[in-house]
Amino acid sequence: MTELVLPPALILLAGAALVALTRGPLRNLVLLVSPLLTLWAIWQVGDGVVMTGSFLGYDIEPVEGSAVRRLFATVFALMALVGGLFAYRQARVYELACAYAYAAGAVGVAFAGDLITLFLYWELMAIFSTALVWCGGGPEARAAGIRYAIMHLLGGVILKVGIEGIVVHTGSVDITPMLAGNFDSWMVLIGILINAAAPPVSAWLADAYPASSPTGSVFLSAFTTKSAVLALILLFPGESVLIWIGLYMIFYGIIYALLENDARRILAYSVVNQVGFMVCAVGIGTETALNGAAAHAFAHIFYKALLFMSAGVVIYRTGKTRCSDLGGLFRTMPVTTVCGIIGALAISSFPFTSGFTTKTLISVAAETEGLALVYFLLMAASAGVFLHAGIKFPWFVFFQKDSGMRPKDAPWNMAAAMVICAGVCIGIGVFPEPFWALLPYPVSYDAYAPGKVLFYLQLLLFSGLAFFLLLPWMRRTLTLTLDTDWLWRVAGAKTAAGVFRLGALVVLRLAIAGEFLRSRIPALTAMLSSTGSLGSTWQIGTTALWIVILLTGYVALYFL
Amino acid sequence: MHDADDKPGNGSDHWLTRPGTIRKLWIGFVVVLASTVLLQSVIKIKGYFGIDSLFGFGAIYGFGCCVLMVISAKALGVLLKRPEDYFDD
Repeated sequence: MTELVLPPALILLAGAALVALTRGPLRNLVLLVSPLLTLWAIWQVGDGVVMTGSFLGYDIEPVEGSAVRRLFATVFALMALVGGLFAYRQARVYELACAYAYAAGAVGVAFAGDLITLFLYWELMAIFSTALVWCGGGPEARAAGIRYAIMHLLGGVILKVGIEGIVVHTGSVDITPMLAGNFDSWMVLIGILINAAAPPVSAWLADAYPASSPTGSVFLSAFTTKSAVLALILLFPGESVLIWIGLYMIFYGIIYALLENDARRILAYSVVNQVGFMVCAVGIGTETALNGAAAHAFAHIFYKALLFMSAGVVIYRTGKTRCSDLGGLFRTMPVTTVCGIIGALAISSFPFTSGFTTKTLISVAAETEGLALVYFLLMAASAGVFLHAGIKFPWFVFFQKDSGMRPKDAPWNMAAAMVICAGVCIGIGVFPEPFWALLPYPVSYDAYAPGKVLFYLQLLLFSGLAFFLLLPWMRRTLTLTLDTDWLWRVAGAKTAAGVFRLGALVVLRLAIAGEFLRSRIPALTAMLSSTGSLGSTWQIGTTALWIVILLTGYVALYFL
Repeated sequence: MHDADDKPGNGSDHWLTRPGTIRKLWIGFVVVLASTVLLQSVIKIKGYFGIDSLFGFGAIYGFGCCVLMVISAKALGVLLKRPEDYFDD
């Protein structure tokens, strides 16, 4: 299939441009048709390099197909479509255009056959996702957007340093599996991990996503971290350091989400948590593990979008986002409540939801490799996910106490998008086989062995019991939780201010000294003038006397 | 599974928030919990590392891990929690 006409990413990018330029029904048509055309193009991409080109003297491969690349591109395009449906009547035009361009960047990364193409689409995502954060409006979104942009541009520079190193040392820009063995590959790995919200910079995610608009966070949750997971699958499968980075992310997400009061920030922390499962799976690196990472990314995009959609509807209807202000909304928002619960069950890998079929693939991989510690930590994490996202999110938003609010349920388009996502969550959970045909490697695995289902039911339901018994300890407080971003938001800012003050002080002192010298200029001039003490001529006798004294002193010193 | 936070007479007379319903939900929940453990005598859980096939292991492990995580979060919260306006200038 070398006669490919257009790279799928460019179709979606053109769609994004058209969204910005068109109005009314025509724009709605573009919003619907461009992701569908992109999907069609994605499935025309065969295996291997299907498009080559030349860029700055390098042979590049803008489109390279494989099962895992098509899977990620498909879910990115589907997410643009469903997100577009969710947002098109409520979001502003430029937000929709940014979201589609951002999705186009993710599709481009999915098919990038070389590191240069990968980098270009990577930066495209950084630019339009930053714009999407800014679409949240207000000073908070502006500040969070700037912090987000700095983080991602920094990540981009680190990635670029690694890519340059690889190009210089190997002469090849191809995307091939490697391990983090030298400076170049470490730089590439770090650059990718920054986008995956890995430690120590996980804080950017919970900082930026909740600052975006109720519709914007739906798009933001889908693309950046998952394209980073795909890049890890393509470049670093089996890099064992990823197992521990992933496990750290998993527990970081749980603990911070447990402490959090803001509904969308709880969901943001659970993005880090879920991406941790995928990063860990890439670190295990076997075929089952990579299947698990890819499948979990696909399922995750839908249930996480569903959760952000239900939170988005709540914010859209009530204008409130803190758990302490919410509660009791199930009375008047049944569709949003049920969809939110389905998303929450899916993220908790409850049997008969998508999370169950995909996350258990990862734990099976850990078990097959004999990684007992990793396996038990993943089990503990599954319980923890149910605790922090599976119950905590729906409980505090929709039940808990009666906030007195009686908002209307979701507008029809938002409800339709939620129902579609909920359908995917249950569909993949109940009928996983057709979905497994899309995975990169053959799957021979029975997710619904009765013993396994029973084990997970015990694990999850008793986590639920723990939640309700410990409820008094979970009372929401009007607080935020410090993270490593303290280093750049407080310590960094204070250091910068201190350095600035020191600099100002030095400049001030120099100015004073200069002023002092300038005030002395008349006196100095007088001293050096023909009548001054230094400038006037001496008599010859005085000069000769001084010469004698100095020479005597010199001779005496020489012989000492 | 709604607890007493949902004060009756607060303008909320939804059937889900009535104390009677909540009591029934708790009873139902406990029955389900007990049956997931008891079912293990009929359905064998395949253990991968020995210990995980023990009777009721999933229940104890899930409960224990959650308690541990909540306590760790609580402890970290003492150190790391700040007022919401902490970052505001």
